[in-house]
Amino acid sequence: MTEHTPRIPGTSRRNMLFGAAAVSAGAFLTACTSNENNASAGTGKQQQAGGVDDKPGKKVTIGFAGPQADHGWLNAINQNAKDRAKQYEDVTLEITEGSNDTAQQIGQIETLINKKVDVLVVLPADGKALTQVGLKAMRAGIPVVNLDRVFASQQAYRCWVGGDNYGMGLNAGHYIGEQLKDKKNAKVVELAGIDNLELTRQRTQGFDDALKNYPNIKKVGRQAAEFTVESGQSKMAGLLQAHPDFDALWNHDDDQGVGAERAIEQAGRDGFLMVGGAGSRKVMDTIKADNSVLKATVLYPPTMSASAIDLARALGQGKGIGGMAELEIPASITLYSAVVTKDNVDDYLPTGFN
Amino acid sequence: MPPAKEAPGTRARRRPDIRNLSLLGVLAALVLVGALTKPEQFLSVQNLQLVLTQASVIGVVTVGVTFVIIGGGIDLSVGAMVALATVWATTVATQQFGLSGILLCALCVGLGCGLVNGLLVSLGGIVPFIATLAMLASARGLALQISDGRTQVVSVDPVLALGRRDAYLLGIPPIVLVFAVVTVIGWLLLNRTTFGRRTVAVGGNPEAARLAGIDVRRQRLLLYLLSGLCCGIAAFLLIVLTGSGQNTNGNLYELDAIAAAIIGGTLLSGGRGTITGSVLGVLVFTTITNLFALNNLETAVQQIAKGAIIVAAVLVQKGRTP
Repeated sequence: MTEHTPRIPGTSRRNMLFGAAAVSAGAFLTACTSNENNASAGTGKQQQAGGVDDKPGKKVTIGFAGPQADHGWLNAINQNAKDRAKQYEDVTLEITEGSNDTAQQIGQIETLINKKVDVLVVLPADGKALTQVGLKAMRAGIPVVNLDRVFASQQAYRCWVGGDNYGMGLNAGHYIGEQLKDKKNAKVVELAGIDNLELTRQRTQGFDDALKNYPNIKKVGRQAAEFTVESGQSKMAGLLQAHPDFDALWNHDDDQGVGAERAIEQAGRDGFLMVGGAGSRKVMDTIKADNSVLKATVLYPPTMSASAIDLARALGQGKGIGGMAELEIPASITLYSAVVTKDNVDDYLPTGFN
Repeated sequence: MPPAKEAPGTRARRRPDIRNLSLLGVLAALVLVGALTKPEQFLSVQNLQLVLTQASVIGVVTVGVTFVIIGGGIDLSVGAMVALATVWATTVATQQFGLSGILLCALCVGLGCGLVNGLLVSLGGIVPFIATLAMLASARGLALQISDGRTQVVSVDPVLALGRRDAYLLGIPPIVLVFAVVTVIGWLLLNRTTFGRRTVAVGGNPEAARLAGIDVRRQRLLLYLLSGLCCGIAAFLLIVLTGSGQNTNGNLYELDAIAAAIIGGTLLSGGRGTITGSVLGVLVFTTITNLFALNNLETAVQQIAKGAIIVAAVLVQKGRTP
């Protein structure tokens, strides 16, 4: 491996956008890019600085290898990491262009290793496929914070932090169960995510397990969409057609939920409650407005990347987590999939992503 | 009907009709399955509206792709063009101009991409597979860059209103109406105009077409423009349907559109095909998807069954036209 891995054409497009030297075309694109590019972009600025001691300490360079942001949630992951790092004077963030391509991401991480960053934060496109490069970093003496998609070997990371897919299903199921517990022969339907992903199976398993606590509720329908608005619209339209009446709907993902809500509106249907998943800004606004079937969403917080930066900084400075008795940070941290409803939505609004 | 007694001209005309008949048979069989398994829901007016609406976006794309394939080319970039057009047409800058701004932008982006495809193929002499593959990659990339991964939600009410029930004309959703108009124009264009005859000639034997005085390069350029225009129209329909633009829109449309055209009797090597067949192909796919949803089948089962039905449909056609 040479010091300067050749840049693959196209990798610089994001830099072009962020850079001040963006050509006018780029500037125009940025200008008409976002619907809501305001300060509320879900950056977690209003949160506490976590449990980690935020007094300036030893300077730490953190390498961040994130995913390609082709989805609202993934975009929020990258943004949260960047914003969090900016809050610390003692943190320098070395960030690589996100990629969904395993080989490309391995190359990017190896570049970060060669640059001798102090700590690595990696959200792998595919946890199993990137295990080897995680091991390589650890052997080179660079502790790895593994974000969300877990490596195949525990030797490949020092600390894992991520969301709880099973817990999402569980909490969505319990919320729906509580809402419908007095209703006889209640029916629920499920609009799942991409079916060949492990995480989709875990979400469904959690949902089914929670519903077992409520014998009056039966899951009558399930369709898998693809985390996209288009598939959400199409699959939801099918579900609505197949089930003339049901009492609750759980939709795994708020992005595909935009399409699902559209299908519900087009079919002119109501009389049931809908629970979303992930926690987008739009969904939180809808929950707050309380004028549609959408009553709640279960979180899969993109703030996890901000927490990963906190943990990476603590690792680099040899600190533990405040509020715990341990001297070291834990080996694994699973985030909680809180249920956001009208009652608590104000607390969570700052974490909502576009 | 013994084919041997027919004149060459009529035979060439009639063959696609037989294919369409067998495809109609497949469609009828699917409808029968639907009527037997979910009698009340499948045959309801609402469900019919749903099936046709879901066929519309991919249907419009397929009409364009059918022309390209008949003309001896291929267009792998349709899904990406739809994605780019939806993303671009739903940016805040475009939404300020309301419905017409969004529509115009979607059509222009489609036409622009189609023009690039056409120039690459006709003037650049690049193989259509490669030229449109390059367009697939770059249009998807541009869509991702413009949207920055975000779903761009449409707040222009006249656009959203087109998708609502009260906008239906005599029970027909406007989206379906557009699909019908595109189909009729496509049919007329292919069967009743010089443009259509040239398309078949260029696809069947480009050298003979050139010797017959047809400007082959110009014809190819026009075909990719047509495909791009169809993608622009489809993108607008998708915006109406989903109320948003997203870089993941139009995922795998290229394969669905090509599959529908082939099932509909279009020859992948060019020179033969019908619009009716392609539209029937789209309807078969959409009906299958609808049947699966109504019967609550799992994704894996859906995919297996879809594959089996594609093979069955093509085998049935082969059996009828040896």
